[in-house]
Amino acid sequence: MNDDIRALARARWRVAILLSTVVFVIYFGFIFAVAFEKEVMATELVPGLSVGILAGALVIIGAWLTTWAYVAWANASYDTRLSALNGKKP
Amino acid sequence: MNPTTPTTSLGEPNLTAIAFFFVFIAITLAITYWAARKTKTTEEFFAAGRSISGRQNGFALAGDYMSAASFLGIAGLVSLSGFDGLIYSTGWLVGWPVVLFLIAEPLRNLGKYTFADVVSFRMKQTPVRISAAIGTLAVVAFYLIAQMVGAGNLIKLMFGISYELAVVVVGLVMLAYVLFGGMIATTWVQIVKAVLLLFGAALLCFLTLAKFNFNPAELFAKAAETYGAEVLAPGKQVANPWDAISLGLALMFGTAGLPHILMRFYTVPDAKAARQSVFWATGLIGIFYLMTFVLGFGAMVLVGREAITAIDKGGNMAAPLLAEVLGGTGLLGFIAAVAFATILAVVAGLTLSGAAALSHDLWVSVHRKGDAPREEQLMVARVATVVLGIVAIALGIIFKGQNVAFMVGLAFAVAASGNFPALVLSIFWRGFTTAGAVTSIIVGTLSSLALIAVSPTIMVDIMGAESALFPLKNPAIVTIPLGFAAGILVSLFVPEKTARDAYDAKERRMIMGTE
Repeated sequence: MNDDIRALARARWRVAILLSTVVFVIYFGFIFAVAFEKEVMATELVPGLSVGILAGALVIIGAWLTTWAYVAWANASYDTRLSALNGKKP
Repeated sequence: MNPTTPTTSLGEPNLTAIAFFFVFIAITLAITYWAARKTKTTEEFFAAGRSISGRQNGFALAGDYMSAASFLGIAGLVSLSGFDGLIYSTGWLVGWPVVLFLIAEPLRNLGKYTFADVVSFRMKQTPVRISAAIGTLAVVAFYLIAQMVGAGNLIKLMFGISYELAVVVVGLVMLAYVLFGGMIATTWVQIVKAVLLLFGAALLCFLTLAKFNFNPAELFAKAAETYGAEVLAPGKQVANPWDAISLGLALMFGTAGLPHILMRFYTVPDAKAARQSVFWATGLIGIFYLMTFVLGFGAMVLVGREAITAIDKGGNMAAPLLAEVLGGTGLLGFIAAVAFATILAVVAGLTLSGAAALSHDLWVSVHRKGDAPREEQLMVARVATVVLGIVAIALGIIFKGQNVAFMVGLAFAVAASGNFPALVLSIFWRGFTTAGAVTSIIVGTLSSLALIAVSPTIMVDIMGAESALFPLKNPAIVTIPLGFAAGILVSLFVPEKTARDAYDAKERRMIMGTE
């Protein structure tokens, strides 16, 4: 199996690990804040909207953004290189 | 706006609900009839002939995942505790990016129908298939118990029929979908249900926010005014920070180990479609959880905690009660039917994945060494489906009255500890061996079961002991590392050259897919 394919797989692996780490940090940042910073989370930015609620919504949005980032990268970069490799094989 | 006094028609037979219910059954049975005519091979029975598009599968994944527990349970939790429900919502969502980044594409490239296909792709088939089937059936069993008991209670509450009859009805209807229509019917039932559920939740959200100038903050402020500012902040659910972390780990990594979810990835033509389906699913499920949060607060303010707990202590009727306040018995009936559809779709998916473990993994791959005529494979698949349907009904009846909310958490913990480590190590580590795979699955599964058996939920809440042997409600923080450690250590101590070589041989297929 040639090196180009392996290099492509490694590139995907790097993107996957990077984005997984981002999601992990965002989510567990939220969990830690919920567990250890209760007063901060309870602070209301505008009446009704506590930091906690905003943080939770941001976790969900963060999940969307990382998902979108991966799909955008995969569609643009990964798929192009993959079909080039497929075309090249004898 | 004062909380209404508890006068509700919940519990009495609701003509609108029954009418919507029959309409839904009619549509889905028509789908099943259409699907049955197209289901001739195991490829159609288990994988819908790979004919599902990325976007369709995204809806089906969302339909498979958004259970009555998340719709009614989270809305209920938010209506009683406020902010705390968001901890579950976010946890149940963040598993999906993990599936997308690490699992979806390699899984689709390597396997055929089940997750056991992937874990065993370069190993000795028999031991790995058996372990993976055990991991699958354990998760399916606990998830099924939670769904069937929840279904019985819900339908009894909403339609006024007896618990046992409700369980039997759910079992028989979902059996019809799976037995005759296989994965094609199951997929389309899940898609229909996803659309209905999202529409229903959106409608309720719209009507709720209309009373608050379409400003969610106004709704939350009103809730704080009525019940105190603590509803906007972390509460009792995270009393123990380690519990919160452990639960978070189970939710995040458990999604990637749920057999009925993993099975859905084989219904699309290629890895790119698999990727797109997770993209769609994540978007839909995220919107759903944002909506259930708003609905929970809507119920808190417009229905009131007393009314909600009067019907059901756990708060599970918050969303239907909100529907009744906003749109009368008509809207209540629609939401009740949607909740029923939700249960059917999830239970069908679970039964099909259990049937695949029994027939494809155990009968065909282990007993027949992978070589069985097509008619036999299909027949065994159908027999396995009937067996599981009967088991599902029996489990629902046996566990009547039990507090089974913890079983979903249990299913996620087993999935995260028994299935997820083995799956990830199979895909990403050349040095993973047969012995490592078997040990990882068995250790992960058994340790989760054991630690939950001695956790506060079982020992204190159910058995009434003074304190529990294991302090955490969810064992994930211990058992996920155990699953990984077992797999890695055993593979290092007992290396297997054939597994290594087979990885190299199959690596190209994992990345490029089959032509």
